[in-house]
This record gives sequence, structure tokens and C-alpha cells, in this order.
Amino acid sequence: MKDFISSATQDDQSFEKFLRRRHKIAKVWQAVFYASTLIAIVFLATLLVNISNRAFGYVAVENRVDPDTLAARPLDDLTEEELAAVIRERLRPNRVRTIERDSGALEQQTWDQLYAIVIEEIVQPKVVKSYPLLESIFFPERVRLDVAENYPKAELEFRSWLNARFLRVPMSSRPELAGVRTAVLGSIYLILITISIAFPLGVGAAIYLEEYAIGENRINRIIQTNIDNLAGVPSIIYGILGLAVFVRTLGTFTSGAYFGIEGASTGRTLISAGLTMALLILPILIINAQEAIRAVPNSIRQAAYGLGATKWQTVWYHVLPYAMPGILTGTILAISRAIGETAPLIVVGASTFIVSDPTGPFSNFTALPIQIYNWTTRPQDAFRNIAAAAILVLLISLLSLNAIAILLRNRFSKRI
Amino acid sequence: MDVQPMNENNHYAIEARNLNIYYGNFQAVRDVNLTIQRNKITAIIGPSGCGKSTVLRAFNRMNDFILNSRVEGEILYHDKNIYDPDVDAVQIRRMIGMVFQKPNPFPKSIYENVAWGARINGYRGNMDELVEETLRSAALWDEVKDDLKKSALALSGGQQQRLCIARALAVKPEIILMDEPCSALDPIATLKIEDLMRELSHNYTIIIVTHNMQQAARASDFTAFFTMAEDRAGIMVEFGSTNQIFTRPRDQRTEDYITGRFG
Repeated sequence: MKDFISSATQDDQSFEKFLRRRHKIAKVWQAVFYASTLIAIVFLATLLVNISNRAFGYVAVENRVDPDTLAARPLDDLTEEELAAVIRERLRPNRVRTIERDSGALEQQTWDQLYAIVIEEIVQPKVVKSYPLLESIFFPERVRLDVAENYPKAELEFRSWLNARFLRVPMSSRPELAGVRTAVLGSIYLILITISIAFPLGVGAAIYLEEYAIGENRINRIIQTNIDNLAGVPSIIYGILGLAVFVRTLGTFTSGAYFGIEGASTGRTLISAGLTMALLILPILIINAQEAIRAVPNSIRQAAYGLGATKWQTVWYHVLPYAMPGILTGTILAISRAIGETAPLIVVGASTFIVSDPTGPFSNFTALPIQIYNWTTRPQDAFRNIAAAAILVLLISLLSLNAIAILLRNRFSKRI
Repeated sequence: MDVQPMNENNHYAIEARNLNIYYGNFQAVRDVNLTIQRNKITAIIGPSGCGKSTVLRAFNRMNDFILNSRVEGEILYHDKNIYDPDVDAVQIRRMIGMVFQKPNPFPKSIYENVAWGARINGYRGNMDELVEETLRSAALWDEVKDDLKKSALALSGGQQQRLCIARALAVKPEIILMDEPCSALDPIATLKIEDLMRELSHNYTIIIVTHNMQQAARASDFTAFFTMAEDRAGIMVEFGSTNQIFTRPRDQRTEDYITGRFG
């Protein structure tokens, strides 16, 4: 009896020791997980700070003409007629005629348009130096001293490069005047075309592979393997495919010439890019949709079949609604990939400098990533600022797209 | 398929003749001959893996969805083999409904669960009336009449199973197959389903697979006892009135099983 107790306590002791060790190991792993999350957050924060650092901050602006000398009153208080008078007085008649030919008589233009002309053509503000956001916040005195010393004629102002004007105006060769309007519209068109092609095709293929082709012959296995592999093919390859097929071979169709549309002269159009992007995201979409359809419990299918439903009725009324949240999640991922893709667009031939809005699927275009890439390769410092602002636009539109898709998904899953 | 007028001598609802079912190379069921009487409850009992469910699913061609499954022999329904090439499995499943082991209502409203089957089969009458009528005959109306728009998944397990029965009734079948309908339910819900089956047997033919021998004894008119042969193929040992099977089994294996010596 005594032996039994002593051996039991000995066991207890070793068990306790073992237990302490187990708890210790658990704590170590927990710390590792915390650390990895923390590192991810730090990276993300660094990225955002880095971008914001460029997109906002003090700038030293030199005007070619001081706006206060243009009229008796400050520029903002002038009427349309007075602005038009200033323009006629200050600009050469040739230039005025060019402007009027492009956008109509001065007297018929709105205040905003006239004001823009005055700033662009007469005042011609030039950013001679821009300061990062962190320096602007923490060492404003140093910035002020620097400006006073090196740019005595310049005025210091705090500028958000990301502003309403930046979104409203098209590309320009002067960074102070450039905007992302064309690129944003191009990206939106591109995504719409891509999704309207890729979504039905992808979901259709997933339905076929999951519901109709189960366990059949080798052909289905080959298709499946190929789709899985295609998801990992580098995007530039898709770009080259798009160039060869949509731009070159099908150029008559993708330039709109076949449909009698006066658009681009070549196939380097939105529709070519959209088709290429659709090809690019199709494998991702199919795999995600398949995953979602596979997750539909078999009991639902059996219940429908048991009532005398045909295969299509079963798929349409039960499998698809059940799988829809998952399919939409996959679509979100695919859109996110498509909106940030640059390489295939460069190959397919997005324009790097274009000022006219896209008018339809058969027009030339540019997209946000192209614009950003283009600006970051320019030598002037201020292009870096607008590139940062454009990156913010891209991130914000990406996040809002995702938010819309998540809302959609939640509505689908809530519908009982 | 033409529905032929019933012959007076012909009281069977559905009949299996020399039924052999294979999954790939494996023979799951061998030489089953089983005649199901109209408007009666027939129970199929037997140990796990003896092919009860396989036979049941063969009656409305639900085995079609299982890969490599193959059916030999005949299943006669209205004097027609339902495995003939000119027979549409969709129509067979409408006439021969099914209730599954686990309650599997659609993730939709109660109303929609009942109405859907009728709608896809082209029902043109008053849907509200049909839903009420079927829910009443499934003894569920009083419990859910105020919550028809609520999700079917909010019901209890027993209610869900009765909803599944109502759903099957809504397409006006002749035969209802039940694959262990009470195995996921508590005793009270089980009793309710059994009462319901008794009620329904006035208008429908019911075939029920069950593991629960008391249930077979209580609720059925006829009982078929299945077991496994040496090669693990399911065979039918004995078929007779429930009373006879449980009181005077003719086969030793049946007696062993129902007395609990083998299970």
C-alpha cells in the first residue's frame, strides 16, 4: 500500500514536470504566432507610411507670374468676364485662339475652366522642392529655413498630392498639372470587361468540372491539371499571348474596324486588354468556384434529385446559391489580382501617355498601374509625389472593390 | 411513361426481380426478389452493410449518382422496368419520393422548402393551399403556420425531418422511400414520425429502412430481413408480414438477429 502511494506521488511529480514543459512549449508557439502577426502589421504600416510620406507634405512653389499682380482683387473673387479679360490680356492671341479652338470661346466656359486656364497658362506654378510628410510634420522649422535659404522666390504650402483635382484631370507632362482621370477610367473599364468575360466563363467551367464531369475519362483529368498549372503561369506570358492573339491576329475585331467603329487604328484597345486579363484570372476563378461548389453538401443535391429535379434545376436553384458566397470570395481575389497587374498591359500595349477618356471597348487606354510605373521612371522629383498619390488611389479603389464584394457576399449568405 | 390502370389482382406497388447491384467489381446486393404491397408500410431490416439502403435507393434510381454502380435485374413499377432505357429517372423520382437519414431541408424558408418541388414539376394550382395541405398531412402545420417565412434550418431535428416528409409529399408521389429517417432523432420525435407514417400509409406506399427493430415491429406491416453472404454481398433472407417475422421467423438467421444474438 505504501509502495503504491509513493510510486503514485512519484508519477505525479514527473507528470507535473511534463505538464509544465507542455505549457512552456505552448507559450513559445503562441509568441511565435504573435510575432509573425506583428511583423506583418509592421511591414504593412511601413508601406503605408512610405507612400503617404510622398503623397503629402510641404512643397515650395515658384510662380512664373504672381497671381496677385494679375488683377486688382484676389483671383478667387474675380468673375468669369474678368478672368476671360485677364487671359486675353496676358496670353498671346495665337495661344488664345488655340485654346478657343480646343474647348470653345472663353466667354462660354465655366468659372472652373477659366480659372484652370489662368493657373496653367499664366501663373504656371512650379514645384521646385517637395518635402516628405514626416519632415513636414516633425521639422517644419527646418523646412521653412531650407526654403528661405535655397528658394527665396518660392512660397511654402502644404499640399496633398491626392486631391479632387488629381482625380478629375487627365495626364500631363507637368507633374503639378497631371491627374489620374484617364487611368482610373481605364482601370474601371478594364475590370468591368474582365469580370463580365471571366465570371460567366469561370463559373460555367467550374460547374461543368464539378457537376457534370465527375470521375469521367482522362480528358477531364487533363483539363483539371492544366487549369491548376495555368494559375501559376507568370502574367507576362498571358500578355504575350494577348498580344499575339487579340492584338495581332484578331486586330480587325479588337480595333473595332470590323464593326465600323472609328476608334483605335490597332488592336491595342481596352477589349484586347480585358480579354487578356480575363484569361489571366480565369484559372484562379475556376479553382475558387470549384472549391466553393465542392463544399456544397451532397445531401442538398440528393434532396433536390429526390423530388424529381433535373440536374440543371438542382444546380441552378440549390448548388449555385449555396456556393455563391464562396464563388464571390474567389472573384474578389481574382479582381484584386487583375486590378494591380502591369506586365500584361504593357505587352498588350496600354498607352503611357493619353489624355482622352476611353469611350468604349475599342478605344486606346491606360490603367493605374501603368500610370504609376510610368511616373516612377521619370527623372523629376515631383513625379514621384504623384506616383505615390496614384498608388493611394489604386489602394483605395482596391479596398472599396473588396468592400463591395464582401457586402455582396454577406447579403448572399444571409439570405437564409 | 404511361401509367396503366391497375389490374385487380395486382396489389403490388413496386417489385424487385432478380435484383443484383454492383459497385465496380464489388457485388453489393445479390438476387433480391421483393414485392412491395400498395398502401402498406414495408420495413427493411438487417445488420450494417447488408445492402438495405442500396436496395432502397435502387427503387428510385438514386444509385445513378454513385460512380460505377450497376444494376442488373428488374424493378417493376406499373408493370414497367424502371431501368429500361426509355424510362426517365427524373419522372421515377417524382413518383417515388425519398426521405433521407439526416434531415436535409434546403437552406431556404419553410414555405419554399415545400413549394419548390411542386413548382419545378410544373404545379399550376394554388401554392399556398398546397403548402398548407402538405404541411397538415405531415403533422407540421400547427407548429409552423406562423413562421412559414422562417428558415427551415431554425426548426428542430424532428420538425426538419417532418418538413422533409412534407416536401416529398408536395410533389404527390405514390411511394415514399425512407432511409433510416429517425436515426438522428430523439424517441419523442421518432414516435411522431411513426404516427405520421401510419397516417400516410392510407394514401401512400412506404418503404422504410431501419436499424431499430422495435421501430420495424411497431410501425410496419411487412418486414424484409437482409444479411450479408460470405462474399459480403447483401442478400434477402426472409420476407413476410411483420407479425410473422417477429414471432415465427422461418430462418435461423432472422431469429438470431431479431433476438439480438447477432447484430
